[in-house]
This record gives sequence, C-alpha cells and structure tokens, in this order.
Amino acid sequence: MSNINYENEAATLSKNKLLSAKSLTCIREDRLLFEALNIDVSPGDIVQIEGPNGAGKTSLLRILAGLSQPYEGSVYFQAENISEQREAFHQNLLYLGHLPGVKDEMTAQENLEFNLALHGLNKATAESTLAEVSLLGFEDTLASHLSAGQHRRIALARLWQSQAKVWILDEPFTAIDKLGVEKLEQLFLHHANNGGCVILTTHQELSLPAERVKKVTLAYRFY
Amino acid sequence: MTQLSYRAAFALIVKRDLMIAFRHRDDIINPLLFFIIVVTLFPLGVGPESTMLSRIAPGIIWVAALLSTLLSLDRLFKSDHADGSLEQMLLSPHPVFILVLAKIVAHWLLTGLPLIIIAPLLAVLLHLHESSYNALMLTLLLGTPILSLLGAIGVALTVGIKKGGVLLSLLVLPLYIPVLIFATSAIDTAAMNLPYDGQLAIIAAIFFASLTLAPFAVSAALKVSTN
Repeated sequence: MSNINYENEAATLSKNKLLSAKSLTCIREDRLLFEALNIDVSPGDIVQIEGPNGAGKTSLLRILAGLSQPYEGSVYFQAENISEQREAFHQNLLYLGHLPGVKDEMTAQENLEFNLALHGLNKATAESTLAEVSLLGFEDTLASHLSAGQHRRIALARLWQSQAKVWILDEPFTAIDKLGVEKLEQLFLHHANNGGCVILTTHQELSLPAERVKKVTLAYRFY
Repeated sequence: MTQLSYRAAFALIVKRDLMIAFRHRDDIINPLLFFIIVVTLFPLGVGPESTMLSRIAPGIIWVAALLSTLLSLDRLFKSDHADGSLEQMLLSPHPVFILVLAKIVAHWLLTGLPLIIIAPLLAVLLHLHESSYNALMLTLLLGTPILSLLGAIGVALTVGIKKGGVLLSLLVLPLYIPVLIFATSAIDTAAMNLPYDGQLAIIAAIFFASLTLAPFAVSAALKVSTN
C-alpha cells in the first residue's frame, strides 16, 4: 500500500500531518506483530486498518492512541511526540475500543452525559444526541437492560458532539445494524471533509468512495 | 472546546462513582457487614469478660477495618477496567492524578466513612476503655484514608490480572501494617491516660505522604496495567 513502507527510515515530520507513526514495532506474547511500520494520516483521511484476526490491528490502534507503548518507534501528533503533549493530544483524540465503556448501573443518558462532560463537551446536548443514534425513548433505561448494539450506540453517540480531530475506532460497526452503519459512514465522511481524520478497523467493506479510504494492511506473521 | 477545571473533573468522577455505588448497594453493605460481623463474633469467641475484651478491642476493630477495606478494594478499578471506562478516563484530557484521587476519595466515602460512623457503637460492645474513644476516632479518621490510598496502588497493579485477589492481599497487607501498629498503640496509650500525640503524628505523616504520592503511583500502575 502507498502509505505503508517497511523501510526503517524516519520520514520527515510535517506539521500538516495530523498523526504520524514512525518505525513502529510491536511485540506481543513473544510474537512480532509488525515491524518498522510508518503511517501518516493527514486531515481528510479515512484510514482502514485491515488484516486477519491476531494480526495486530487493535494493538496498532492502542499504540496510536497512546494507551500502549510500542516496542520501538514513536507516534507524533502534529509533529510532536504524543508522550510529550498528552493533554493537547487527548483533547484532539476520540478513541473507542472493543469495550464500549458504558456503565450498567447508569441510564443511557447518564452514560452519555458523563462521557461528554469528561471530555469537556456540553452535556446538555445528550438528549438530542441520543436521537441521532436511535436511542430516543431509552434515555432513562438502565444500560443493563439494553442490548450490546445499544451499548455501542451509547459509546458512539459521542462522535456526533466530538470536536476532536483524530478519531481512532476499533471495530465501530460491531453489533450495529445496516442503517446505523450507513449513518456512521456518512458521519466519518463529514468529519474527514471538515479537516478531521478517522482511523478504524473493520472487517466490513466500507461503502464510502474507494478513493477516500486509505488502506493499511497488516499481515499475520508466524515468527 | 470548553475545558473542565480540575475541580469540576474531580467532582464529576466522585459523583459518578457514588451514583454507581448507590445503585449497586451490595458494594457498600458487604464490607460494612463484614466489619460488624467480625467485631461482634469476638465476644462470642473469647467470652464476654470485660477486662479481656477491653484489652483486645483496639486490635479487633483495627484488624476488622483493615480486612473489610481489603475486601472492598477490588471495586476501585476492576469494573471500570472490565467495561472499558477506565481506558476512556485515561484518555480524557485531565491529569490522571485528579481522576485517580477522585476515585480514591469516592472509595473512602463508601467504605472508610461508614466504618468510622459505626465504630463507636462496636467499641461499646467490646467495652473499649472510656478514655480511648477519642483516640479510636482520630486514628480511624486519619488511618482509613491511608488504607484506601495504599490499597489503590495494589489494585492498579493487579487490575489487568484475571485472578489477582491473592496477589493484591500480598502486595497491600504489608503496607497496612505500620498503620495498624501505630493506631492500636495510640488507642492503648490513650487507655492508660497517657498522651498519644506521637503515634497520631506518625499516622498523620503516613496519611499526608500517601495522599500526595499514592495517586502518582496509581497513575503509573494503571498505565502499565492497561498497556
């Protein structure tokens, strides 16, 4: 693929790249997942990370988000190392992992309000945002009574309010119905057109125009 | 983007943790019930003789408080880790120190505070010496936050491990021992009508040291555990 190369040379950092990863190497359980991986993400990019199960997609996303440390290499946000500007990076980052981060003991609305407030967003918009993810009527239902797909929708609802530039989404379409997927794809496109970027993993084919989606393919390595 | 002040972020987390606990009352009631049961079983076990009971009362109350805190520690980060909300907190634009301190404060409000409230009543059951009540309350007031603060380090280190229960006790209990020694010593000294400021000062020193340092250790440990 064009934006991935295995040469171990640090490309020049440029301010107009939102997120860059330089010569990342990741080792999990004594297995090399990827080596000397370079990724550059510019405003307007939608990057789809592909690869079979166990190829290291989640590990890569966690490294890009700064949750895990790579064995080698660094991640840069606007040409600055993310570990040196944690708060500025986190203000511009929206990461959704495998786990939706929804508390069973709180209602849909309380969950969303907390998520919005924690990330410095206006929680007064929670109710109208729940309508965007078709959870209207479930505002006051405890999350323990909601389905897996609805949990994910609560987590995803934050996307509609987010002002973060970098979206890192691990399997965002899991348990989401067709109509919901379509809506999310439109939202990604809208976000990219407004100068943001989306980095996601999914096993589904995106129905977005092919020229908009950059693909990074990770191979499963046996050594 | 409106940036939350540190105080608002702190209040947000405390409020959330309290709300979750009140909707899941077992978490509050279990450690408290354990504390009450352990303390009330002792007079049945060693006999109702008041001199014997008043001699061992400080130890019983403090050991029970220590074990019941240990019982409740898991709740501090485990469920947040299991459902992914811990990740989201670590990725929020606030210093992890603030978030961790808020969670520890909420934990103390839910476990330490109820113990302090019920302790004088249980002290009566154990014929605690009259002049020891002030010392008991002061040591609990200064000591139970230490239990939550130091315990949080252990939980943060073991949160990623599936069966970390035994490891948690092994990590945390040695750290609790100085508090236990000085607290019971203060209460014993008070029973003899002697000044116990020395022991209290040491507990206060441990309290302030752990208040300022433990959240840093917890933040670092959480980063390792979620790596």
